[in-house]
Amino acid sequence: MDEKLLNQIPHIDEIAHRGVYNGVGPKHTDTFLERYSRENKVLPSLEDAIRATGLKDGMTISFHHHFRGGDHVVNQVVDKLAEMGFKNLTLAASSLAAVHAPLIDHIKNGVITHIETSGLRGELAEQVSRGLMDCPIVFRSHGGRAAAIRSGELHIDVAFLGAPSCDPYGNANGYSREEGGTIACGSMGYARTDAEYADKVVILTNRLVGYPNAPWAIPEDNVDYIVYMEDIGDPKGIMSGATRYTKNPKELLIAQTAANVIDAAGYFYDGFSMQMGSGGASLATARFLRDMMLERKIRCRFALGGITGQIAAMHEEGLIDRILDVQSFDLDAARSLKLNRFHHQISATYYASFLSAAAVDQLDFVILSALEIDTDFNVNVLTGSDGVIRGAIGGHPDTAAGASLSVVVAPLTRGRIPCVIDKVNTIVTPGSVVDVVVTDQGVAVNPRRPEVAKKLRKAGIHVYTIQELKDKAEALVGKPDPIRYKDRVVGVVMYRNNTIIDVIRQIDED
Amino acid sequence: MQLKKTAVAGTMESGDIMITIEPKDAGGVDLDLSSNVMQQYGRQIEAVIRETLSGLGIENAAVQAVDKGALDCTVRARVSAAAFRAAESSDYQWEVRK
Repeated sequence: MDEKLLNQIPHIDEIAHRGVYNGVGPKHTDTFLERYSRENKVLPSLEDAIRATGLKDGMTISFHHHFRGGDHVVNQVVDKLAEMGFKNLTLAASSLAAVHAPLIDHIKNGVITHIETSGLRGELAEQVSRGLMDCPIVFRSHGGRAAAIRSGELHIDVAFLGAPSCDPYGNANGYSREEGGTIACGSMGYARTDAEYADKVVILTNRLVGYPNAPWAIPEDNVDYIVYMEDIGDPKGIMSGATRYTKNPKELLIAQTAANVIDAAGYFYDGFSMQMGSGGASLATARFLRDMMLERKIRCRFALGGITGQIAAMHEEGLIDRILDVQSFDLDAARSLKLNRFHHQISATYYASFLSAAAVDQLDFVILSALEIDTDFNVNVLTGSDGVIRGAIGGHPDTAAGASLSVVVAPLTRGRIPCVIDKVNTIVTPGSVVDVVVTDQGVAVNPRRPEVAKKLRKAGIHVYTIQELKDKAEALVGKPDPIRYKDRVVGVVMYRNNTIIDVIRQIDED
Repeated sequence: MQLKKTAVAGTMESGDIMITIEPKDAGGVDLDLSSNVMQQYGRQIEAVIRETLSGLGIENAAVQAVDKGALDCTVRARVSAAAFRAAESSDYQWEVRK
């Protein structure tokens, strides 16, 4: 093809092209095995990988929280970044746990100056609530974070993603099908969104396996560098064996009532869809639903979200057709993800992003827990009764908004602390997407849903007003004095569409 | 009620309060209260303790209270029990409470 011929092509300026073909370089002739050991993305050390990414002061780094309390990635990476002299970084994790307390020193020495996360616990949360950071922490839901990453509101320069298995080209997964053990975290749904959108992606793995590591959570075309590290997480902290069923009679009563509410409201039918939280009462609700499904011979089309062994067991006995798993909560769930072809791994975007039709929008019902619920049905899952941060937004507002019936379960009181109160300390999920509140001492239906209240009454379930539940709690434990806060804002809480729904202030202990 | 010795009632279990009462000659009631719900209920717990003591006719005492989220009825019961033990008295005034 001659350059001059270009002029003879009509509309050539409208056809995207890269000029005229001028040959290719030498084609490789060595074997796959030879290439494989020579040309790959594995770098000798974390330090090499950090340098290769071109990370600079002021940039944003990200992490996933699939290793939960057993995570050893965040601390090792940030230690290394501090050692290499980086400053002024934004740390955007899908969530943080008590194990991340060492970040306190890196905040004090200026390595980390801003944090985005779904939640915060332990000593780091305590100190943040007491004013550790200059710039407030931004709290987003799992769906809100996925949306912010896609829209660019949260731009990730470098993602450091721990993976229990990875091949030399970057196909990474939360378990391994190869011989020989590794740690397992099951689904890596939250990490998928980071891998897709981050400018540079580094996989940190404790187990390099042969190419191609199929099936994968993260495909190689999303990955730039790979580092082998002996220790990326402690299996004991990542997940426990099986999540146990509660024996607490209060929780069992709440669970039984929640199951009855779902049935009476008309959302329990052949082919329904559901999501269960991992709290005691919501797990127990699954057990009551299971009995009802067997009795009436009906099946669930799909279960969504954080998946537990209970859901996996119901899938294996044929009661749930499909599982959409963004995060596996226990080893039984992780095992099922590995073995069952219809137990499917999904990304945070697919799970809950408001920017696209997400799986949460197909939910019939969701069972959600709460620290506090107020008389406007607003829910707090982020700050404790003393005003200190001690929780995570998770998918709470995403699923409450998406599900046709959102059921919030909580004991009426925890010790002396009432759970139904005048005004929640922090609004995480607005009352406008909360439909039913189930406590051990009664059920309340949001006045927005009079048809639900009517159906519950018809089924013989006593429906209280939320005010009546609040009064019951107060009669028992007294009216609490309000938490004292200072003016200073230490946390900004985003609703799932990334509008600011509330702020968290520094607690006042003077 | 005349306090004769140091006495204790209650436990450190969740939902309970541990009260230690020590006799004192003068100076009113010294109260050292700690609670896991201090911000929300500290004021009310203190009021209930002082009210219960004055109801028993105790004007001077050193009281240590370690609260783990006890309800008012529990606080009253533990303070009364500690006071009767400190007074070496079993002259309980039983009554029906509503």
